[in-house]
Formats: sequence, structure tokens, C-alpha cells
Amino acid sequence: MRPLSIVVRTGCDLFAWFLVIFGSTIIIHGDVTPGGGFQGGAIVATFLSLLLVAYGGKKLLAWVNVGIFNGMLVFGLLAFFLLGFLGFPHSFFFNFLAVPHEIAQATGHGVIPPSGTIALMDIAVGLEVAGGLSLIVLSMFKGVRLFREEHFEEESGHDR
Amino acid sequence: MNWNDHLPALLLAVPLFGAFMAPIVCLFGKTLRNVLLIGISFVTMLVALLLWRNVLVGGIAVYVMGGESFNLTLPSGMALPIRIIMEVDAFSAFMVVCGSIASFAGALFSTNYMEKFSGIGRFVSLYFLLTLGMLGMMITGDFFNFFIFIEIASIASFGLVAFWRDKPEAVEAGLKYALVSQVGSMIFLIAAGSLYGKYNALNMAAIGSMLQFGVMEKLALVFIVGTLAMKCGSFPMHMWLPDAYAEAPSGVSCLLVAVSQASLYGLMRVCFSLYGINLGGSFIPWMIISMGLASMFFGVTMAVVQHEIKRLIGYHSVSQVGYMLLGLGVGLLVLTDARGMAEYGFTAMKGGIFHIFNYTMYKGLLFLAAGAIYYATGKRDLNEMGGLARRMPFTTAMFVIAAAAISGLPPFNGFVSKLLIYESVFAVHPALTVVALLTSVLTLASFVKVFQTAFLGPEKSVFTGVREVPSGMLFGMGVLTLAVLGATLFPSWTLSNLVEPAAKALVDQAGYIGAVMGGGL
Amino acid sequence: MIGNAPFFVVGLLFLAGLVAIFMEKNLIKIAVAISIISSAVNLFLVALGYRAGGTIPVHYLAGEETLMVLPTPQAMTLTAIVIALATTALLLSLIMLVYRLYGTLDVDEIRRLRG
Repeated sequence: MRPLSIVVRTGCDLFAWFLVIFGSTIIIHGDVTPGGGFQGGAIVATFLSLLLVAYGGKKLLAWVNVGIFNGMLVFGLLAFFLLGFLGFPHSFFFNFLAVPHEIAQATGHGVIPPSGTIALMDIAVGLEVAGGLSLIVLSMFKGVRLFREEHFEEESGHDR
Repeated sequence: MNWNDHLPALLLAVPLFGAFMAPIVCLFGKTLRNVLLIGISFVTMLVALLLWRNVLVGGIAVYVMGGESFNLTLPSGMALPIRIIMEVDAFSAFMVVCGSIASFAGALFSTNYMEKFSGIGRFVSLYFLLTLGMLGMMITGDFFNFFIFIEIASIASFGLVAFWRDKPEAVEAGLKYALVSQVGSMIFLIAAGSLYGKYNALNMAAIGSMLQFGVMEKLALVFIVGTLAMKCGSFPMHMWLPDAYAEAPSGVSCLLVAVSQASLYGLMRVCFSLYGINLGGSFIPWMIISMGLASMFFGVTMAVVQHEIKRLIGYHSVSQVGYMLLGLGVGLLVLTDARGMAEYGFTAMKGGIFHIFNYTMYKGLLFLAAGAIYYATGKRDLNEMGGLARRMPFTTAMFVIAAAAISGLPPFNGFVSKLLIYESVFAVHPALTVVALLTSVLTLASFVKVFQTAFLGPEKSVFTGVREVPSGMLFGMGVLTLAVLGATLFPSWTLSNLVEPAAKALVDQAGYIGAVMGGGL
Repeated sequence: MIGNAPFFVVGLLFLAGLVAIFMEKNLIKIAVAISIISSAVNLFLVALGYRAGGTIPVHYLAGEETLMVLPTPQAMTLTAIVIALATTALLLSLIMLVYRLYGTLDVDEIRRLRG
């Protein structure tokens, strides 16, 4: 893919990181507004698509570090599993940080919102979806380039 | 905190942990990855066996995900259960045991079979996700959760069937399987949504207690039976099954057999425990019986003419699923008729359920043996093979055991379950037994052909370098052989401890509903 | 009668998608048709939960109202959308691989497995 014109590239420079901020807002406020982990994660993943469309494939693949997205993916998955496991004397996925509605209205809650583990799981899922969808976009783009380059190591380990 | 109470959640948590840890562990080398693959499968099998023993001793095990106590299904006086509830009765525990043994055998086999290919880290993740989806399908008590686990298993299996990515036939098989499966899942979701819309409950026991048969329930039942029969591979929706089973790597084929059985479990759960006495006449049982007959007949006639080993075994899968549908359909036919159930219906159900166990074990073993032949010789076509028995004695022996079991030769376990089906189905109509016997004869014919062509006879000159397969693959096949021989040598123990509680639990709709709606025990 | 309009639209979309799967020859169009069927089913689930005159199903944002729309179909729809996304990504990747290995996207010509 070729880079698009200077107008598009400037627009992309201005808006790209705001996409990440907007997506993070939707992730973090997932328990009180429509939104949450998956929706916000999908918006954060559009950061990479915007860069891909504006700057072209060669420059993007030279700039991007795939390890960050892999790391986000695995961290999100393991955090989700750990939060489920911590509820254990009661049951799996028990919400051990939740504050009931009456107490929250009466005293006001502190730093952790009254929805408890739902908010933390939202953040974990958001990180994971962002990493995963970005990896999907990158892999499908690399797959498109394979058509032109014929660079394909010969696999031999299977039955033919 | 008693771990025995939390076993249903552990059964799902262990493969989930394995799937999530696989990308990290694979950075540390091949040995650690193999340890993860074998270790997590083994722990899953142990948890499944412990859960089965618990359910036999203590009755239906209920688990509330995220509840204050693990069995508090109706908190503070609510009329309907509000969380996702896992409900494990004896039939679920039986299926979980079958599935986890198949998963362990496939994992052992894949450690050596896949070692020369790239991307095995993702393979391990997908394998555990497929195991998780299968086990979740078998123990869940919530209808929408059942759809979720069907989708998890389907997505993992699309990736695994197309795993030999540079082989055109494998990608084509994966793509066609994906198209058919996705349309089926959407139809299932419409049925789930319409049942929710009328009864305002997603829990299977809650819907079962409130169900009244009308037009909408009839449509929903037709959609559900159609989709789940498609995923089992029964005629006329069986087109994807030989392609997908043949082109997948052999360890994955072994697991895919168990995943189809999970869809059969779902079909039986909906017909017996959700609809049960409200089934609205005998149309659906006769439909299931005729689909079973057609699968048996068309599967085996297509299988006799194949000349590629795994495709032949895949067509035999279609016909064996017909046996199970026949046995369980006869049981469903006399569900409301107490005298018919006592005379022949219960025996038919015992035959069908025992056949599920036997089929998973010997079909898995057949796929693994075919994979061993490919690994050793590099050839798939029967026309090019011959005389392998001298070079690969263990594989030959295990293949003989599996082929004798599937053909229904006495004294193997296939004979016991087929005899139960023959003698009970005869009371409904003699023509059903005739078709079943004919299928068995044709099965024996095609496996005699395979065995004689591939293993006996003079050795071809291209095969002088062929050696026995590595030990990991032999252990994988050995696990399934042990299961087949166990059911062969101890048929009465297996029938009374494994099969009969499962058949009783399936017929007992009131017990299934009462375990959840009664507030948990 | 006018209240049932969403369900008529669901039926039309589902039929359109199903007819397209049977009639189309190009693999990408078949993938799009599966996406249309998913949209029809998601619309069905959301339309199930609507109660006429209801408000947001969150206790401390709804104020004094007591009639709320049902939140469970909304959760079901979100889950179904996520699953459809994963399946579409996998389906499109498989279609790309088929194009590279067969050289064509015509369904009639991708038939090496038969019999």
C-alpha cells in the first residue's frame, strides 16, 4: 500500500493518539455508560488501521513492534483469569470487590467503583481486545503482501 | 474450602489456563511446550474422573458461576435463577469422561506428530480452546451459554482443520466447514432468542419447568434439532464431515470426534430434559430415527468405495452417528409410555449411550492409527500401500483392535452396544434392525479391505526405510486401546456403573429441573 | 401491527442473506451474506427486549421511572457480535489463503475434494 497525500498524513498525525484516548475512556467507564471492554478495545485497534491506511505498509511494518501487542494480549488474558480465580472461597468469577447499592448511595465510594471486579475485568478485556484486533489487522495485511512477493518458506512437516 | 464442590469450575478453568499460558510458555522452548500440552490435558482428565465419581456418589452437582455460595441458585427468594449455572448430572459426567480421555490421547499424539511444522504455539492454544469448548458444552445448564461454547469450539476447530496452511485441500475443507457451521449457529441463536423472549429465562431447568408446547416451541425445536444434527454429522447435513476429518491433523481429528459427540449430547439434553414430556407427539422421535437410518446406510455405502484411509474413516463416522441417533430416538419415542420404556426403550437408550463411549474410543484410535501410517510412510492412498505389518507391529495390533471393535465382532465392546441396539429396536419395527445389521456387515467388509491392503501382503520396495512411530504417538494410541480393552473385558461393570446411571439421569426430567429450581441442595 | 415492524425487517434480512448464500458464486459475497444473517439475528435479539415507554436499565441513572427495557438481550447481542467478529476474521483469512492456493474465488472451481 502506498502512503496517501500530505493532507491525509497530517490529519492522521493529529488524530491518531486521540483515538487511543477515546477508546480508553470507553473502556474505563464501561460499568456506568454503554461501552466496556470489547467496544473500547475495538476503537483502540482502529489506531493501527488509521496508521496503516495513511502511511502505507512498508513504513508501518518498519515502525511497529509486534511484541507490544502480543504482550497486551497475554497480559489482558492472564489478568482476566486471575480476577476470576481470586473469588475462590465463594465461587469462580465471584465479585469480591462489589459494594451494594444502598451503601454506595449513602456513604459515597472511594477509588474503586462500586461495581467491583466488573470494572477491573473491563480494563483487562479492553487491553486484550486492543492487542488482539491490532494483531489481526497486521497479520491480514502481511498476508496480502505475500501475494506479490512469493516469499513463502517451504513447509515440509505434514502429510502430503 | 472443599475442592470437590468446585470441580465443575475447575474443569473449565484448567484448559482455559493452558490456552492463555501457551503463548508465554512457547517462548521458552519445545520441551516446556510439550510439558504444558501433556500436563494440562492430564490434569483435565483427572478432574473429569473426579467429577464423575462425585456425581455418581452425590447426585446432580450444581455450580453457580459468580454466586455467593457455589450452589445458591435462587438467592433471596427470586423465582428464577439469575446467574450462569453449570449442572452436571450422570449423563454429563459420562460425556465429560469420554471427551477428556480423547483430548488426552490427541495431545500425547500431537507432541510428536506436529513437531516439524511451524506455529505450534498457536496450535497448543487452539487445542486447549477446542477442549474448553467441548467440555463447556457438556456441563452447562444455561441455554445461551451452550451457544457460546458451541461457538468457541467451532472457531477453534476452523483454525485447526485448516492448520496445514500450505495444502489447498485442507484450507478448502476448513472454509466449507466454516460456512456451513456459521449458518447453523445463527439459526440456533434465533431459537435461543425466541425461547428467551417467551419465558424470560435462559436457564435450561427454568425453561423446562415452564414450557408449554405451541407453534413457537415447535419451530424452535426444529431449528435446534436441525443445527445440532448438522454438527453431529448426520444425513443430510453430513457433507462437511469426511472432508474436515480427513484434512485435519490426526490428533485434532481424534478430538473433533469428541466435539461432535458434545453436539449429540446437546441434542439429547434438549429433547429429553428441556422438552421431555412436552415433546408434542411422536414426530420428532421418528424424524431422529429416520435421520439415523439414512446416516447409517448412506455413510457406509459411500465409505466402501473410498481409497484414501482418513476419508474412509470419516464416512464411517457418519454411519456410526446413525447408530446413536437410532438408539436414542427409540428411547425418545417411548418416553411417555411407561410399559414401552420398561420393555425396550431403556435398553435402546443404554445401547445408544454405551455406543457413544465405544465410538469415541475406537474412532479416535482409528484416526490416530491412520495418522501413524502417514507419519511413517508419507502416503495416504490405499493403492500405494502394502505389507506394513512387519515394520510397524504395535500400530498394526492397535488398528486390528479398533477395526474389530467398530465392525461389531464379538467379544469387543462394539458388539455389546450394537446388540443392545438391535434387540431393542426390533420391537419398534423389524426393518430398522435389518438396516442396522446390513450396515454392520458393510462396515466389516470395508475394514477387512483396509487392513488387508495396508498391513498384510508383500512389502513394497519403497517401504524398506519405514520404522515404528515415536513413543509419544504410541502412548497416545495406547491410552485409547486401554479404554477399548477395558470396556471389552469388563462389560457388565461398564454397563452398570458408567452407562446405566447416565441413562437413568437422561430419562429423569423432574430430577434435572428440581436440582436447580429447588434452590440447590 | 406497527410495533412488529422490526421483526418483519429481521425476516427480510435473514431471507436475503440466505438466498445470497445459495445463489452467489464469489466467496467474498458469501462472507458478506453471512454477515447480513448475523445482523438480522442481532436485530431480532435487541428488538425482543424493548418495552414500550421503557428507559435505561440502570438503577441510579433512570431516576423515578419504573418501566425499563430488558438488559439481558443487550448482553446476548453484544456477545453474539463479538463471536461474529472473530468468525468473520477467520473466514476472511481462510478466503485469502484459498485465493492464494487456488488462484480463483469462484465457488464452482474450488472442488478438489469430492466423492
